[in-house]
Amino acid sequence: MGGPAIIEVERLSKSYRLGITRAPFDNLREALFRGLRAPAEAWTRLNKRRKEDGRDILWALRDLSFSVAEGDVVGIIGANGAGKSTLLKILSRITDPTEGTVRIRGRLSSLLEVGTGFHPELTGRDNIYLNGAVLGMRKSEIDARFDAIVDFAEMAAFLDTPVKRYSSGMYVRLAFAVAAHLDPEILIVDEVLAVGDLAFQRKCLGKMGEVSRGGRTVLFVSHNMAAVEHLCRIGLVLEGGRLVFHGSTKEAVEYYVRSPAAEGPGAESHSTDLSRAGTRPPQFRPALRRLELFTAGGAPLSANIPVGGYFRAEVRFALERPTSSFDVSIRFDDLLGQRILAVNTAFDPAFERREHGGELEAVCEIASLTLTPGSYKLRVALLVGNTEIDVVEDARRLTVVPSDYYGTGRMPRTGTFVVPHRWSLR
Amino acid sequence: MASEIELVIQPRKGWQAIDLRELWHYRELLGFLLWRDVRIRYAQTILGGLWAVVQPLLAMAIFTALFHRMAGIQSDGPPYPLFAFVGLTAWIFFSNAISAAAASLIGNQQLISKVYFPRALIPLAAIGAFVLDFAVNLVIVAGMMVYYRWPLSAGVVWLPVCVLVMLVATAGVGLILAALNAHYRDVKYAVPFFVQLGLFVTPVIYSLAAVPERFHLVLGLNPMTGVVEAFRHSLLESPARWSVIGESAAVSLVLLVLGLYLFRRMERRFADVI
Repeated sequence: MGGPAIIEVERLSKSYRLGITRAPFDNLREALFRGLRAPAEAWTRLNKRRKEDGRDILWALRDLSFSVAEGDVVGIIGANGAGKSTLLKILSRITDPTEGTVRIRGRLSSLLEVGTGFHPELTGRDNIYLNGAVLGMRKSEIDARFDAIVDFAEMAAFLDTPVKRYSSGMYVRLAFAVAAHLDPEILIVDEVLAVGDLAFQRKCLGKMGEVSRGGRTVLFVSHNMAAVEHLCRIGLVLEGGRLVFHGSTKEAVEYYVRSPAAEGPGAESHSTDLSRAGTRPPQFRPALRRLELFTAGGAPLSANIPVGGYFRAEVRFALERPTSSFDVSIRFDDLLGQRILAVNTAFDPAFERREHGGELEAVCEIASLTLTPGSYKLRVALLVGNTEIDVVEDARRLTVVPSDYYGTGRMPRTGTFVVPHRWSLR
Repeated sequence: MASEIELVIQPRKGWQAIDLRELWHYRELLGFLLWRDVRIRYAQTILGGLWAVVQPLLAMAIFTALFHRMAGIQSDGPPYPLFAFVGLTAWIFFSNAISAAAASLIGNQQLISKVYFPRALIPLAAIGAFVLDFAVNLVIVAGMMVYYRWPLSAGVVWLPVCVLVMLVATAGVGLILAALNAHYRDVKYAVPFFVQLGLFVTPVIYSLAAVPERFHLVLGLNPMTGVVEAFRHSLLESPARWSVIGESAAVSLVLLVLGLYLFRRMERRFADVI
């Protein structure tokens, strides 16, 4: 590490009070009745809260201590809900810690999102100034870098168009261009590279690399382990709000991939209950019910499937209204977060759809699953009319184990897929 | 490269006033937010900036027809339309600005949950964006004074002080409403209602001269009572009731101090509750 500490975090904790969740109103009478009772209930809750023993308290961060030396590029790794975002929010002063102290010695900029403060009615030019000011640039600094920002975004022609008329790609390019021209001593970056087209992502990664080589201190959060490994020298692994590993990025990534938190739910059974899955993004109401996996001969598939093995997934779900325009998709991601393969009812020309409401089961058969050995996360989604209405991320894990796929006893050590192939000499 | 500045982040406890030095440091951002609010307020409207004068002019016309002609309410000297318009200029600024301030934090939750800056800038910018409308209306006042051949009084030198007191009152009420609204959305429903009622307990339609003396002290608790009185005195040479003006000014100051403390206390949890 070397160099003096530029960020010192000491026994940092943050707790949230969980809101009291109530059942939705069933009918108008109940809604009116509860509406009338609400003030009285709110009053008793407020009074009770003061004496409450803290059962409805969630610790998003618990007793975190670490320091970052000047010039370090630190990757923060952890599963959803491990406390990465909370940590960044405290370091960026967006929210206060509950306990502990952070000392920051330098000008800090944080980038938790691209395009913060963009207003759709304003032109590209106006938004560069507004966004720059929001991110902490002085007007004189924005003036000086204006041309460079426009060049980086490659959009001089649209400067005087309101950004609401921009395509989403243009929007992201402009937003990132402003952010890329910040010049802080410490830069905090959340998962912002997951947006934009591939070419632009590469350009941003390049710019980030430039930034980190420029001796600047960077804290970087991403689900993309390849990006973390590529950019960062030091890795922190968070788990359930605690710091569980602090070391080189390579070791941190290995630690994370092997840790029990990365192993995922339902490791022992072939059947996964999706209706109560904790990995459902909060905006979705459960419609997916159950995922069952089978392999050759209809045997239940609980964990290991050989390379090239038969794979069958049965997805049970419920449709609120009868429709025929529904689709089910299953995506295979590797543990580094790279998307490997997606199968979808929409891709099968022989799939016979019929109008249906209520419970249904979609069965997907893959005659030969030709992924290379490794662990994969399954993401299940239900779509109606091309819109996702329910998603379970990381519904379960699947391990592909080596097999004699080619019949030669040999198996590639690298790559993502095996495919049948022939060689000949002439 | 590490600079000498050291920032310490710790849990904050108890009551603290807003850090005025920090606000000053962020004055450029205040300017940008204010300019944004002005730019987008009338975006995609046909009348655009004309809306700033349409509202008080229409209200003045209705008040003159209804309350002056039909109900016989009199001004305390100047022609009634002029009298009503001066009151409306101040009142409409106040009511628009506090409504915008109350809604401002909710409307900017994206900013609040993604980037740090003194949160008070958001309601203050929302208020500041209406100063432009107010200035335009002062020009209309000048035009009306020429039209009615009403002489400019020497009291006009007090106009900046009147504006200052009005801004103090607006900022105080605006900060309080904004902070409360972030935590309790009840404010959203209460504000339009109280703004409507407020017009009737502020001497906009009528003059304080028409109100029995014993109610003056009660009306003076409304900061805008003194502000409207002071505006009429400085622009139209209406008789000034200094006790009422002084009382309102004192209330304004108390509201501002209260607003600064309350906002600071509640702002810690904005990002968590919004």
